[in-house]
Amino acid sequence: MKYQSQKVAYAYFLVAMGLFGIQVLGGLLAGWVYVWPNTLSELLPFNIIRMIHTNALIVWLLLGFFGAAYFLVPEEAECEIWSVKLAYLQLIILVVGTLGAVGGYLVGIHGGREFLEQPLWVKFGILVAAVIFLLNISMTVLAGRKTAITGVLLTGLWLLSLLWIFAFINPDNLSLDKMYWWFVIHLWVEGTWELVMAAILAFLMLKLTGVDREVVEKWLYVIVATALFSGILGTGHHFYWIGLPAYWQWTGSIFSAFEVVPFFAMMSFAFIMVWKGRRNHPNKAALLWALGSATVAFFGAGVWGFLHTFHGVNFYTHGTQITAAHGHLAFYGAYVAMNLAIITYAMPLLRGRAPYNQVLNMVSFWLMTGGMAFMTFVLTFAGTIQTHMQRIVGDYYMDVQDQLALFYMMRLGAGVCVALGAVLFIYSQVVVRREIITPNTMPKAEGETA
Amino acid sequence: MSEILTKSRARNIFYGGSLFFIVVFVIMTIHSHRYVVNVSTAGMPLSPEVILGKHVWERHSCINCHTLHGEGAYFAPELGNVMTRWGVLDDPEAAFETMDGWMAAQPSGIEGRRQMPFFEITPEEMRGLAEFLRWADQTDTQGWPPTDAG
Ligand code: HEM
Ligand SMILES: [Fe+2]
Repeated sequence: MKYQSQKVAYAYFLVAMGLFGIQVLGGLLAGWVYVWPNTLSELLPFNIIRMIHTNALIVWLLLGFFGAAYFLVPEEAECEIWSVKLAYLQLIILVVGTLGAVGGYLVGIHGGREFLEQPLWVKFGILVAAVIFLLNISMTVLAGRKTAITGVLLTGLWLLSLLWIFAFINPDNLSLDKMYWWFVIHLWVEGTWELVMAAILAFLMLKLTGVDREVVEKWLYVIVATALFSGILGTGHHFYWIGLPAYWQWTGSIFSAFEVVPFFAMMSFAFIMVWKGRRNHPNKAALLWALGSATVAFFGAGVWGFLHTFHGVNFYTHGTQITAAHGHLAFYGAYVAMNLAIITYAMPLLRGRAPYNQVLNMVSFWLMTGGMAFMTFVLTFAGTIQTHMQRIVGDYYMDVQDQLALFYMMRLGAGVCVALGAVLFIYSQVVVRREIITPNTMPKAEGETA
Repeated sequence: MSEILTKSRARNIFYGGSLFFIVVFVIMTIHSHRYVVNVSTAGMPLSPEVILGKHVWERHSCINCHTLHGEGAYFAPELGNVMTRWGVLDDPEAAFETMDGWMAAQPSGIEGRRQMPFFEITPEEMRGLAEFLRWADQTDTQGWPPTDAG
């Protein structure tokens, strides 16, 4: 840690990991209810469980992004954060808002737009927190060195905060409501968040592989250009069947098909940097998470997104378990794993010790990634059967679901695996143990330098 | 690649191109907004009952179990065409009666079957809910869903 103020990231990461735990437990419970549907059905119905699961996810990912920004911007800008106090104030607002929202959900206080169920005062709190954050981080960047990484990161964070305005816009007309809802949801995960992800990835590659900044930053611009060029009009892939004009079918199909490009580019970028890199960084777990994230994002978002993005396919698969399969692997690969990558990289520095508990951390990577992959496969099979029975044969929804019981049992098993991985990850970050392996004890391979 | 595509050129392409796509997107959005109001949802007036129904739908977060026009949670049936499924799309009174009967029968309590909660809903709100779902069902959704199963 080169700058004292980077320490605020520590608090953000701790809260993020706490909410990550809640998210995974919520998911586990939801998966359990799919198998044993009478569980808690009157005390804590499925809709409440799901709300906690998705909201905790979104908030902890955002906290992770904020933490990542507070960690990497001082290093990039080569100066301290403008106001450490504001950074903590922002965190407090977000924690109070989150606890208020979750508490409210438990007693039945919530809105009804998916993912945006937070009561108005919490939405407003998020807005205030975002403004504080943007002010703080922009002032920091303005005071120091300007790099492509901070430029792209800030562009992403500014735009995603601006899009939050649409969380307040809820027209009475359902089709309009849905159209503007996607301005937040789609333009977050397939636009602005990709900028944040790519910036974090570029930062990690810079630090972990030691490749020239010029090379890294040129890649970064190419990646984010392909992301926005495809992703903005790609929003059309959600506009096929909600009452919008038919021209979105071709617009959405063509542009969203190109959304696989930035994810492929991020994966290629990560591997090429590692091959080219001359640095043998001791934090192998961070490298594993960074490479893993880029790879799983390519499959979850790129391939599984492509799978159902053409309107001819989406006509049949829209709103089935296929969607669920894709949503899970995409969020995990792109945003969960990239957050865990920057946390894995930053925590040893923030706590002032060498990379520790790396083996446990890497085991957690394989547990979580394996679990998520298996979950995606079983949901894809379930979704295929569902699509055929319900959308082609025309069997009634509940009858079809009864046929999918076996898949839901396997998905619960996958969920247990992921939950174990998550607990192990948090343990490896928070609990201090002696490091088990010493890096660089292997004899160097021929031709290997440094 | 290195000579043709310099870093500053890549940056300019990124910022310039993004701006271009944002402008195109905004124009298409404005057109789509008008289309929704004037064409696709114009089959039935957006009456106070429909609006009340939308608020009831939101207050109880039905979307976190059901899908509506294919969006939402995948735990319970699609409701964008439920009035068609019930055969009451053009009959407000029958729509209300059926809705009321359905809601009163929840939760079913059947062992091993997914449970829908019981909701405290006044008769006026119930009518709104039925009207809201009738309104949604008449929206022109480009022929979706493929079957009445939703
Ligand atoms: C990391 C990036 C991504 C994330 C986190 C993500 C996540 C999601 C989620 C959660 C949904 C369900 C939304 C709902 O509740 O209705 C969804 C739907 C969808 N996504 Fe993605 N996605 C990503 C990237 C992509 C990409 C790159 C494509 C296309 C190439 C894509 C195509 C789709 C389509 C077509 C749907 C609608 C499915 C349906 O009709 O039910 N996604 N995505
Ligand atoms: Fe999308």
